[in-house]
Amino acid sequence: MRRRNWFLFSALCFGFAFLYGPILSLIVYSFNESRLVTVWSGFSTRWYGELFRDPQIIDAALLSLRIAAVNATFAVALGTLAGLAVARFGRFRGRTLFTGMIAAPLVMPEVITGLSLLLLFVTLEAAVGWPSGRGVTTITIAHITFSMAYVAVIVQSRLSTMDASVEEAALDLGARPWKVFLVITLPIIAPALVAGWLLAFTLSLDDLVIASFVSGPGASTLPMVVFSKVRLGVSPDVNALATIIVGVVTLAVIVSGWLMIRSERRRERDVQAALADRS
Amino acid sequence: MTKWRKPDEVPFLRLEGVVKRFGDFAAVDGVSLDIYRKELFCLLGGSGCGKTTLLRMLAGFEQPTAGRIYLDGADITEAPPYERPINMMFQSYALFPHMSVESNVAFGLKQDGVARVEIRRRVAEALELVQLGPLAKRRPHQLSGGQRQRVALARCLVKRPKLLLLDEPLAALDKKLREHTQFELMNIQEEVGITFIVVTHDQEEAMSLSTRIAVMDRGQIAQVGTPTEIYEYPKSRFTANFIGSINFFDGKVARSEEGELTVTVPDLGRDLHVRSTRQLAIGSDVSVAVRPEKIVISRDPLDLPNSVRGKVRDLGYLGSVSVYRVELENGALIKVSAANTRHSAEREVDWDDEVYLGWRATSAVVLTE
Ligand SMILES: Nc1ncnc2c1ncn2[C@@H]1O[C@H](COP(=O)(O)OP(=O)(O)OP(=O)(O)O)[C@@H](O)[C@H]1O
Ligand SMILES: [Mg+2]
Repeated sequence: MRRRNWFLFSALCFGFAFLYGPILSLIVYSFNESRLVTVWSGFSTRWYGELFRDPQIIDAALLSLRIAAVNATFAVALGTLAGLAVARFGRFRGRTLFTGMIAAPLVMPEVITGLSLLLLFVTLEAAVGWPSGRGVTTITIAHITFSMAYVAVIVQSRLSTMDASVEEAALDLGARPWKVFLVITLPIIAPALVAGWLLAFTLSLDDLVIASFVSGPGASTLPMVVFSKVRLGVSPDVNALATIIVGVVTLAVIVSGWLMIRSERRRERDVQAALADRS
Repeated sequence: MTKWRKPDEVPFLRLEGVVKRFGDFAAVDGVSLDIYRKELFCLLGGSGCGKTTLLRMLAGFEQPTAGRIYLDGADITEAPPYERPINMMFQSYALFPHMSVESNVAFGLKQDGVARVEIRRRVAEALELVQLGPLAKRRPHQLSGGQRQRVALARCLVKRPKLLLLDEPLAALDKKLREHTQFELMNIQEEVGITFIVVTHDQEEAMSLSTRIAVMDRGQIAQVGTPTEIYEYPKSRFTANFIGSINFFDGKVARSEEGELTVTVPDLGRDLHVRSTRQLAIGSDVSVAVRPEKIVISRDPLDLPNSVRGKVRDLGYLGSVSVYRVELENGALIKVSAANTRHSAEREVDWDDEVYLGWRATSAVVLTE
């Protein structure tokens, strides 16, 4: 028993170290006084100050956030429709093909997605004159094409666990199909849509490869800027930036986890109350 | 109360040769039915015989592969669900989880554009009817199973549909609550005067609830009739077996005169007498069917037109009745049930007793299928 506990304990430690060691060292070095990343010379918040005075970083961050928000919104709209088609239309011609094509971007190598989108944009510009040049618009479109696939999968799985008779009951009570979708289906799957939005948002914020392919002059996202900076040598302000991002992400995870636990607790209490009522 | 037997009464709901195929499989296979106003009509049948599918076609969720459906004279075969004056109570209740009890009930009226004051009045009325007034603000997940079921019922009733469909409305309830709710359902139906079609696979429920029953078998209607007709005069072995238990004796018609048939049963080595107005050819194959409670069991010889001898092999005490399994001389087992009019200690017939079984000519029916 003791042996097993020791084994589990060391496995746990190793796992945590493997996952969080690099991040921890990054956080520690972001408070390093020295310009040299790997030499510790004392505690300082100097690099955070520099970070906020660097217009290139600030602009890139704002651009990334803007693209991520627009992308997430469009991805949720389109992905919901696609998920709905797969989950609710029953059998239609080419359903298997459609389902496969929705899932394809999830496993397609990013390099191929990026390259093919670049080719598409170039051809389109030559043919119809839109999109003129490459930049924010093309990055956003590219991000929507792959993140809507994730949303579609999330929505589809949520819909397939949702009791379809609830929608039928609404039809039966006199609501037209579009009204059923707005008043019944959407509110019920809303948590899945929020999750999809957040996922699409982070995917877009993360993406370096596809953005590099379809970006143009003057449109550099945060990952692109970070990457080009690091290629010139790792600078401490990048550590500071990464620490901020880690902090924000951790906070978001904690908040959403807390919200979920709270609603689950409340539900359990309600169920208990209902059972007590009955007896 | 036997309006639907009047010859001039027009059917309220009429199904003409309704068929529903899923691929090659016919879930509903040529159903024709007439249902009259204010009936409480039960669809009864085993699992997978097509009851839900038939109900879904009435509600408009499935399109019949063939056949027509008329409601109150109008052809509604192709009408979408939201345009039919029919409401359905689902097997799973299908309450809207994100709305309060009150909003659930009000939903249908809102779709019809009923004025707000009117909605509030009718919702309160409907909740009163199912005794859920105090729980109006709760969400469905804060309710017990029985309470949810009543919300689902109120949600349908509040729209005052012409026809209400209920798919196994009582299946999720325990036995006691179920009996209670059965009576509630009948009272409500009388009070609101809506035509009900109730699906069930519980034969007792069908017998006690309904004005008429349709017994379904593999997508087809095996028999339609009042509970008494179905029980006393089953038309086929299937119906006879499905409702209650019954004993069969296979034989050939030996004589047919003045409404009485004489059937030779080779297994029994003797003739049985059955009252029947049916004209059957001499020598045709038939089964004589007798219900267990119609058979008299005694240790003394019986003065009845049908009488056989046997030995008690099994005895089940069920409180108000006892069920006997009696082995005849040819080895066949016959089920007999008798009311326990005396205390069990002074029971007349016991294990391994030699007994006589007997029944009247009017107590049995002849089946040709
Ligand atoms: N959408 C469908 N696709 C294919 N087959 C179906 C479909 N719906 C029902 N069936 C089949 O049709 C038959 C009848 O189903 P139905 O749901 O009407 O049975 P039921 O009489 O309501 O049974 P239960 O008492 O179990 O509810 C079943 O064999 C079922 O498998
Ligand atoms: Mg069913």
